[in-house]
Amino acid sequence: MRILVVEDDPVLSDGLKVGLGLSGSTIDRVANCADARAALAATPFNAVVLDLMLPDGSGLEILSEMRERGDVTPVLLLTALDEITDRVRGLDAGADDYLGKPFDLDELSARLRAIARRREGRAGPLLKAAGIVLDQATLRATVDGEAVSLSRREFAVLSALMERPGVIRSRAEIEDRLYGWQEEVESNAVEVHVHNLRTKVGRETIETVRGLGYRIRGRP
Amino acid sequence: MISLRRRLFALLLAATGVIWLSAVIWIYLGSRAELKHVFDARVREAARMVHSLVASGNMATAIAATPFEGTSYARQLSCQIWSFDGRLVARSTGAPDESLAQDKEGFAERQLNGEAWRVYTIVDAAKGLRVVVGDRIGLRDRLVRDLVAGLITPALLIVPLLAIMIWVSLGRGLRPLNAIAGEIAARDGEDMRPIDSEDAPTEVHPLLSALNGLFDKVEAARRHEREITAFAAHELRTPLAGLKTQAQVALAATEVPVREGALNKILVSVERTTRLTRQLLALAKLEATPERKTDSKASVGAVLREVVSSTPIPEGIAVEFDPAIDQLPLSGDRENLHLVLRNLHENAVQHMPKGGRVVWKGLSNGTGIIVEDDGPGIPDEELAVVARRFFRGRNRSAFGTGLGLTIAEMAADRLGTRLTFENRPDRQGLRCSVIWPQTDQGCVGA
Repeated sequence: MRILVVEDDPVLSDGLKVGLGLSGSTIDRVANCADARAALAATPFNAVVLDLMLPDGSGLEILSEMRERGDVTPVLLLTALDEITDRVRGLDAGADDYLGKPFDLDELSARLRAIARRREGRAGPLLKAAGIVLDQATLRATVDGEAVSLSRREFAVLSALMERPGVIRSRAEIEDRLYGWQEEVESNAVEVHVHNLRTKVGRETIETVRGLGYRIRGRP
Repeated sequence: MISLRRRLFALLLAATGVIWLSAVIWIYLGSRAELKHVFDARVREAARMVHSLVASGNMATAIAATPFEGTSYARQLSCQIWSFDGRLVARSTGAPDESLAQDKEGFAERQLNGEAWRVYTIVDAAKGLRVVVGDRIGLRDRLVRDLVAGLITPALLIVPLLAIMIWVSLGRGLRPLNAIAGEIAARDGEDMRPIDSEDAPTEVHPLLSALNGLFDKVEAARRHEREITAFAAHELRTPLAGLKTQAQVALAATEVPVREGALNKILVSVERTTRLTRQLLALAKLEATPERKTDSKASVGAVLREVVSSTPIPEGIAVEFDPAIDQLPLSGDRENLHLVLRNLHENAVQHMPKGGRVVWKGLSNGTGIIVEDDGPGIPDEELAVVARRFFRGRNRSAFGTGLGLTIAEMAADRLGTRLTFENRPDRQGLRCSVIWPQTDQGCVGA
């Protein structure tokens, strides 16, 4: 998952980047409303972690703007306020979930996965297609019941393809999932990951659509 | 507390009573004067009539004609005819035996057997007779009293009715006040909406606008407090969230550099939280202590040296201290001075890029000191609010608490000095000035 973290505290923001990165997500960080607007306009994210009190405004403004222009990216609010009215206001403004500071990193991670999969129309925690089962919480994968060991990047590529089995994912889309803004993207990185994945989950499972991208071949 | 209704009731009743009393007195006096006039005229008329009969020689008819005997009012005129030699020639029935007459012709008042009489005497020198007609003053007074009593009795009967009407009318008249009181009483503590004065009587408007003004003030104070609480919650919980997250990262990380990075971040965060706690305590203390204490005075140079030497300076940052500051005749309460200088110094050091310089020097006219840094400065639109509590501007440092400049400004105020922030005109960076007030004798420390 590619997640945007909008948080002005550098220590917390860094912790989120590293911590959520450990559970397989790619994190981009911004520290104010202006940067958040720019980031949201430039990059598609699977979820947004949004702090309410930002130096140049309120996270609620960002949220309202997103919803107004029809951006359905799941948003989890982080706030230091406990009052129910604040939570209600956040949720009513279009937030998908809410966590009060301080929070548990694992809980945040789980909630992000939950709101992201709900947005994709899935209720269950497992991604299943073509005999492959991915557990995004534990980063475990099985093929026809057999456990397969995948690197974090491989897992991310496979997740991207399996979220919508049969739908073609372009190389750029997959790259967007894998790499944050500051990260160097090797030109053939996606090809390398797909190549490695094919040896692990089956050569036929991932189909290359010439000139367009990749997709999971339908074997329910 | 006196009830407005009772007060108005008493006032109205008293006023009505006074007016009635005045009216009664007026009627009494007026009637008495008028009656006296009328009765006197009748007494004189009767005397003349009797005299004219006497003059025509008809004595018996004269006495019989004496009018007004035994009226229903038991008021009687008494008539006597005396000869000059003191013999009672004739008298009317009921007239006293003693003489009512006087020597002179005309009106007189006489006492006879303890009774006051009003008499009119006609002296007929030709016949040697005196004709006297008299009237009992007691009877006249009784007539006046009866007249007044006749007026007062229904009035007294009306009084309770009038009182009830006043009481009820007051109740109705004061109803808008009760309505407003009811509206305010029914509010809960959160409701600070202004009271609608549209329907209220104009007399109550000043009171209502004063109340509404108070509501506004209370609401503003509460909003301010809520904001402060919200900021405080944010500023306290965010570093805690950072600490917890980094601790979880350190526990979960398998790679050594990741773990070490997280642990270092924890140290940074603890440092900042420590500082935040210190700042909050300093702020609470500043707010609790009375303004401007001058227990122990200290000179600027000494305190500044102490501040500079006790603040850890990150590598690559230089602090310059103009020794001329020691010569400045500026001083103030040690604790407040320390708070001002320390927070300004920390603020400057925190925002310093590598290789930056923090420079402390005196103002050229000797009325204050300034500190300049090479940091990013403060955007112009933030300059006015930079000392606001928990305000952390766009160019925030990782260590900032949003309280340093608030404390500096509060302490500067206690010192009696003026604190100003401006961006350096010569290059990027912030300049903070602490300026002591000028007096005729020159510059003094507060």
